[in-house]
Amino acid sequence: MTVMTAPAPAAAVAAPIPTAVPAASPAAGPVWQPVCAVEDIWPDTGVCALLGGRQIAVFRLADGGLHAIDNHDPNSGANVLWRGIVGDLGGEPVVASPIYKHHYRLRDGGCIENPDTPLATHAVELRDGIVWVEA
Amino acid sequence: MHQQRLVVVGNGMVGHRFVQELLALHPDLPAAGLAVTVLGEEPRPAYDRVHLSSFFSGTSADELSLVEPGFYQRPGLRLRLNARVASIERRNNTLQLADGEVLAYDKLVLATGSYPFVPPVPGRERDACHVYRTIEDLEAMQASGARSASGVVVGGGLLGLECAKALRDMGLRTHVVEFAPRLMVAQVDDGGGRILRRKIEDLGVQVHTERNTAEITDGATARHRMVFADGSWLETDMIVFSAGIRARDELARRCLLAVGPRGGVVIDDHCRSSDADIYAIGECASWNEQVFGLVAPGYDMARVAARHIGGGADAAFAGADMSTKLKLMGVDVASIGDAQGRTRGALSCVFTDEIKQIYKKLVVSADRKRLLGAVLVGDAAEYGTLLQMMLNGIALPEAPEQLILPAADGAAKAGLGVDALPDGAVLCSCNNVSKGQLCAAVADGARTIGELKSATRAGTSCGGCVPLVTQVLNAELKRQGVEVTNHLCEHFPHSRQELYHLVRVGGIRSFAELLHRHGTGRGCDICKPVAASILASCWNDFILNQDQARLQDSNDYFLGNIQKDGSYSAVPRVAAGEITPEQLIAIGRIAKKYDLYTKITGGQRIDLFGAQVHQLPLIWRELVDAGFESGHAYGKSLRTVKSCVGSTWCRYGVQDSVGMAIRLENRYKGLRSPHKIKFGVSGCTRECAEAQGKDVGVIATERGWNLYVCGNGGMKPRHAELLASDLDEATLVRMIDRFLMFYIRTADRLQRTSTWRDNLEGGLDYLKAVILEDSLGLGAELEAEMAHVVGSYACEWKKAIEDPALLRRMRTFVNSDAADDNIVFVRERGQIRPATAAEKLQCFKGIAVVAETA
Repeated sequence: MTVMTAPAPAAAVAAPIPTAVPAASPAAGPVWQPVCAVEDIWPDTGVCALLGGRQIAVFRLADGGLHAIDNHDPNSGANVLWRGIVGDLGGEPVVASPIYKHHYRLRDGGCIENPDTPLATHAVELRDGIVWVEA
Repeated sequence: MHQQRLVVVGNGMVGHRFVQELLALHPDLPAAGLAVTVLGEEPRPAYDRVHLSSFFSGTSADELSLVEPGFYQRPGLRLRLNARVASIERRNNTLQLADGEVLAYDKLVLATGSYPFVPPVPGRERDACHVYRTIEDLEAMQASGARSASGVVVGGGLLGLECAKALRDMGLRTHVVEFAPRLMVAQVDDGGGRILRRKIEDLGVQVHTERNTAEITDGATARHRMVFADGSWLETDMIVFSAGIRARDELARRCLLAVGPRGGVVIDDHCRSSDADIYAIGECASWNEQVFGLVAPGYDMARVAARHIGGGADAAFAGADMSTKLKLMGVDVASIGDAQGRTRGALSCVFTDEIKQIYKKLVVSADRKRLLGAVLVGDAAEYGTLLQMMLNGIALPEAPEQLILPAADGAAKAGLGVDALPDGAVLCSCNNVSKGQLCAAVADGARTIGELKSATRAGTSCGGCVPLVTQVLNAELKRQGVEVTNHLCEHFPHSRQELYHLVRVGGIRSFAELLHRHGTGRGCDICKPVAASILASCWNDFILNQDQARLQDSNDYFLGNIQKDGSYSAVPRVAAGEITPEQLIAIGRIAKKYDLYTKITGGQRIDLFGAQVHQLPLIWRELVDAGFESGHAYGKSLRTVKSCVGSTWCRYGVQDSVGMAIRLENRYKGLRSPHKIKFGVSGCTRECAEAQGKDVGVIATERGWNLYVCGNGGMKPRHAELLASDLDEATLVRMIDRFLMFYIRTADRLQRTSTWRDNLEGGLDYLKAVILEDSLGLGAELEAEMAHVVGSYACEWKKAIEDPALLRRMRTFVNSDAADDNIVFVRERGQIRPATAAEKLQCFKGIAVVAETA
């Protein structure tokens, strides 16, 4: 799932990044957690967030769109997707795994070359200049 | 409905083809009122006699079979093997089998083939004397071969040479004895025969021409002695007769069917014998007093007879073109049409190259307008083109000799475009497939040569037409607009070469600008790295600035080589492989500190494996502090300049190859290009640096340096070619500048110099003209472009560690200092290596178990 958020008004002061992440109780299901300042993700690249032991690749597109998918590439077995080249195929935003070049759709986590290996996606939001991910 | 009883005598290639043709016309035989019985005298169903000699190089009898399993198990069709026909009773339309059984027929098809002719030489029936026709013959030959050291083939025709290959494959000293003055007397002329003989003899087969065997007796040093009419003799352990074939027409003779003057059941254009109920097809038939010993006319007769029996009154056999192309022991031989030039007024045009052992002859009509025939020995690449010209009466070009002269190196050969062929042109004569049928199959959806073959059967017998069939496929796909364009990807309707030009001429300095002006969408993992490489080749800005970082492949982005587990390796530059003890110690110290796996690379440097993203800047910092630079092992760029030790130490060296290699490596380091580039510099002609396997090879001479280009090792090795000799250093560097920049300007994406050169129109001569003679007037421009890249070099590791914004990106996790726990190492031979999946599982399990018991 993807949420596009308008940039915060210029007058707004960016909130400091919370350092203490509220511990998520497993039974409580996914919780929203802050990841980084939006400027920490250069446009059309990704970063990797470690949230409750889970690796999540978070991408920021040049148009401001934010996407979060699992960082683990099931086709290579390596945790590398945040390091893939971001682009589009047929208008659909994708990331190409750096190991064997499998393409994963950023919107729904589907793998173009191997439909049997879809990835989990996560909700992302931009709140006052901070990227939040639900995981 | 009356059932028509159809009996086919013979289950060889042609007899089997007849049944296939019949089934193609009547897939449901009982519904068509047909009851078909096929009688085969051999113990196995039809097999491929054309490729019989492959039996000796390991092909099994099963693999030679032409009959798909279950083919003869269908209603209305019966195949009886080991069934020999004793006689035909035409009065009551019956035939009697050797075991006495009588079968009635309404229509009878004789496809009895031929038998090998054995000259009536006394002693021909001795032990270990064979013929070459059936798989049983081959098995007998194999048994004799196992107890023989030498073998003779009597007969130097097409089959005889096939047979000689079989003997040679069995490891025998092999001889060919031929009555005529040359080999393949029916297909080639004297000139071609001479070259063919030399080539065959070079392969270790002794050829004896003009020898008439008079007698075979006991040998003194071998099993047999063959005594020739001139009194000379030859001793050998085994003999195979391959002196031509004779039609198997004895059944026809005994029931008084008409037979031809040279044997064979006389047939009309519908393949009917003198008895309207009996047909004959293949090598047992005589049409216009000709017996055809090739499979293609036999297949054609099978088609005609099947149609005619099925009521197609107009199905007619119209003779056959006897052109052939074959590979005998690796030697290409082809004969087209009137190869001997017997047509009145025929003119010939001959090309002989005794060095390369190539012979080519064209036979041209008296008015010089049409091709009548050709002989090709040693190189038959033009067979398809010439055959079609002859068959379709296509007007000869202005200078017909160009058709057979070797093309200037790499230049496009004056060929025959398939567009010039009429739709009726039969491209596959074995299976009678016309260009029109191929086009129709492509229109029906055949997209690959494999699909086209199964749709039409074209190219499935001798395979000689496959190049032409492929051309038709490509031309048709192109016509339908299915062709693969040279567009880089969906975002840019341009080739790499065009994009390079657009960037350079348009002064484009960012991907955003390039996309905006010449592309669509966001880009992808194909076009982004290409754009990044072009921008770097042209302007040489830092590849990890905020605009360009997002274009880079993971390797370039992290200035290291990604490994299968997502860790990286780092290779410091060790120019020319020269390294000081202090540098060696520093590398060792750093590797030890970060527990990296170290390995010497093929390019004379040291690779450090096993670094996680967050460790990379720390390692770069230490390497840079120790005086190292990035080795660009991660880039499509100059990798290494390998060198031998040269005249400084080596007693054979004539120049300082290490010094030269260091200067070249430092000049071109960091140069981004369509693919990686490797150099080699050798100090003498012994070539210890293997420079001729490199993109750029430099070899010392007494007077300077020889420059070789476009070599490659790896997947498809290619020897580099000599571009220029005895250059002084300044000229050498200028020529390399021009060469590299010309390659960068014109190559496709991920195209090494070797494939670039193979695809370069005009070949080596063109390259020499551009680089050495500056035929395009680009020399100064190319040199200036290189000067810019050389002058703006900066070590990428050093740039990275001095850039705080970039360093913030070099973290495994954006919100944690943890490492990736999926990267797990175990120790082997004193160093780390990635754990296997099983080892990882064990490692995680182990922790869990401890936790539970605690």
